[in-house]
Amino acid sequence: MTTAEELRTRTADLLAAHDPAATEPLEFLRARFDAGLAWVHFPPGLGGLGAPRALQAVVDAELAAAGAPDNDPRRIGIGLGMAAPTVLRFGTEEQKQRFLRPLWTGEEVWCQLFSEPGAGSDLAALATRAVHEAGDAEGGGDGPGGHWTVDGQKVWTSSAHLARWAILLARTDPDVPKHQGISYFVCDMTDPGVDVRPLRQLTGEAEFNEVFLTGVRIPDAHRLGAVGEGWKIAQTTLNNERVAIGGHRTPREGGLIGLLADVWREQPGARTHELHQRLLQGWTDAEVLRLTAERLRQQLAVGQPGPEGAAAKLAFARLAQQLTGLEVELLAEEGLGYGDWTMSRPELVDFTGRDAGYRYLRAKGNSIEGGSSEILRNIIAERVLGLPAESRSDKDVPWKESAR
Amino acid sequence: MTELDLLYSEVEEDLRSAVRAVLADRCPPQAVLARCEGPEPYDTGLWRVLAEEVGVAGLPVPEALGGAGASLRESAVVLEELGRACAPTAFLGSAVLATTVLLAADASAELTALAAGERTATLVVALPTAPEAPFPLGVRATGTGELTGTVAWVADTPAVGLLIVPADGPAGPGLYAVEAAEATLTPRGSLDLTRPLADVCLTGAPGRLLIGPDRAEAVLRQALLTGAALLCSEQLGLAEWCLATTVAYLRERRQFGRVVGSFQALKHRLADLWLDIAGARAAARAAADALASGASDAAILVAVAASHCSDTAVRAAEEAVQLHGGIGMTWEHPVHLYLKRAKADQLALGTPGRHRAALAALVDLPAPGAVATPRVPHV
Ligand SMILES: Cc1cc2nc3c(=O)[nH]c(=O)nc-3n(C[C@H](O)[C@H](O)[C@H](O)COP(=O)(O)OP(=O)(O)OC[C@H]3O[C@@H](n4cnc5c(N)ncnc54)[C@H](O)[C@@H]3O)c2cc1C
Repeated sequence: MTTAEELRTRTADLLAAHDPAATEPLEFLRARFDAGLAWVHFPPGLGGLGAPRALQAVVDAELAAAGAPDNDPRRIGIGLGMAAPTVLRFGTEEQKQRFLRPLWTGEEVWCQLFSEPGAGSDLAALATRAVHEAGDAEGGGDGPGGHWTVDGQKVWTSSAHLARWAILLARTDPDVPKHQGISYFVCDMTDPGVDVRPLRQLTGEAEFNEVFLTGVRIPDAHRLGAVGEGWKIAQTTLNNERVAIGGHRTPREGGLIGLLADVWREQPGARTHELHQRLLQGWTDAEVLRLTAERLRQQLAVGQPGPEGAAAKLAFARLAQQLTGLEVELLAEEGLGYGDWTMSRPELVDFTGRDAGYRYLRAKGNSIEGGSSEILRNIIAERVLGLPAESRSDKDVPWKESAR
Repeated sequence: MTELDLLYSEVEEDLRSAVRAVLADRCPPQAVLARCEGPEPYDTGLWRVLAEEVGVAGLPVPEALGGAGASLRESAVVLEELGRACAPTAFLGSAVLATTVLLAADASAELTALAAGERTATLVVALPTAPEAPFPLGVRATGTGELTGTVAWVADTPAVGLLIVPADGPAGPGLYAVEAAEATLTPRGSLDLTRPLADVCLTGAPGRLLIGPDRAEAVLRQALLTGAALLCSEQLGLAEWCLATTVAYLRERRQFGRVVGSFQALKHRLADLWLDIAGARAAARAAADALASGASDAAILVAVAASHCSDTAVRAAEEAVQLHGGIGMTWEHPVHLYLKRAKADQLALGTPGRHRAALAALVDLPAPGAVATPRVPHV
């Protein structure tokens, strides 16, 4: 087992061989990946050392202290949070070797082609079709495994306009019940059949997109896991997504509560007793969430997130909405302003760099994206507490016969 | 900020199983209920078993004095189980509050007797006293250590042998040891049936100075802070029992031709409660770990945990009563014991509001019109 001391030594060696001040950021990041210091809990050769996940903090702290460049996790959140753990768990050796390094360095951005106009909360109802065509032994038709032709429409796809690759769920067998006929693919977003169109959202900008897939050709080698196993694999992605959204590591009074606390300290004139009570309640809630996420991380030091991961995401959404609403009120007149309604195509969701009105509006998405709060409560009630599931009339019906 | 260990160690889980086994055997809810109405509210037999067989009475007491030489983390785990069973024991008053003072005073003989389970002690303060409250001056001490005064609403007085009394002497505040036999204890009617309260009246009772004016205020504050921190674990265990019991009931109970627990409105309420309990677990562990490791930000973590866990326990108990329907309103069903304990615990050692007010000062978020306090650095 790798110890904190060994990681410090390794990090020092990396810094000695690649002086951050004199090395191209991308080159440094590649070297860091190759040294196994990207995500230390990943296996050797894939950016890690098979070390306990908790030890990542040791490496990060040393590198930050040395002024090393980082891979801007906010910009590549879907790749890091959702695609990577899924590829690691279900990918072939070739897929892992091909995808993980440029994913981690940020050279290749990923997006998630899951939701459809007719399938959001009920994701397993998705209708995008993938049809198989065999190839030949000589390598024609993408070789012996052949390829898949994908047609359908996806929606709410964050970062599709920036993405090189997508994780994609598509229906490969309409004759079986909806959960069984789904397969999981890696889709090349530069394929000519992929059409990405901006969808403007209530903040004014277009962070997500509609994606039209027309005759998109995906080699069988880019299928993840077995045909028909897509739903099971998607659970890994979704569980990791919830932890990625709700479980980030923040310092005490980091993030939204920090902004609010600063306003409180700097503007005594805005203080009222009622706001003070809500501020202190928000502060304790933020600290409890920070500790809950930290405890989740300590539990995750071994193994994959289970349904408990929904907790941090659910709490995060509730808190973000409570705090951003309070901030607008606290700012009084200034809270009435809004920076810029011009339609733009942002590279990331910038919660702390924008004004209070933006934060208030964007936080409304926190209880919808990555599984709505209602769905997360269902998951906790059914899979954690063991309460009976809703009756689902379409569960055993072949997908093509179910009412949609 | 310190790196906190928020999980349970194997040793702690073993301790939990041992305590749980004893409680399952000796302290089922019906027995607790029956005892509360009888003349002997505390189960002294249970206490002896816990002390002698599991060694819980002297967990933080050094091994040389017959204790376990453990940390407050272990005491917190015991409190989780005592909360889960709503057990009528003097653990909080004796093994937490009084023991903290006796440890600070190096009172070997008293600690040895406590660790062996031969005696119990309690801290003579009103149970609602918050850690940052001013030193209580209701009891006066003479230069020769005779104590006079009354303290109302003191917890864990039944069968108590030793009283630890904060008193104001000629040289200033001090903490004194007084034999309970020298005091008059008058029971109060108590909202929490499982934690009786009494008024302690002293009239020239002989006391022995344990901690003098130089440290008395700091040691009392530390004891109350420790009590407030560990009470969070009791509240956690209590809330977990309420949730588990309610879930089990709603999985059986049928109305409208289906299991009541399949109604989404109820599922979502229970999921939210589960979420608050997950937070309570993290916060209670953080508070216990921070005190055990002497973390510089311990007071912040205690204030956060105390306000969150108090409210969560009350909500869990209130939801449990509501979701049990008519059964939840009956005397026979033990859920009312938990409701009463939860509500009383919310007032004990500082209400959530008081803890948040303390927090406001600790993290420099002053109330309107308040003078700004110097910022506590976050390490
Ligand atoms: C900002 C943002 C970014 C997103 N990014 C992506 C992305 O990158 N990739 C991607 O694939 N998807 C993405 N999504 C889509 C997101 O996952 C879905 O919007 C979400 O799962 C909800 O689905 P829906 O919009 O179809 O709502 P619906 O499923 O139609 O739900 C409507 C309402 O009904 C409630 N509801 C539905 N079913 C139940 C039930 N059984 N019980 C109780 N209430 C129920 C919902 O909670 C919601 O309030 C994004 C969404 C947002 C807002």
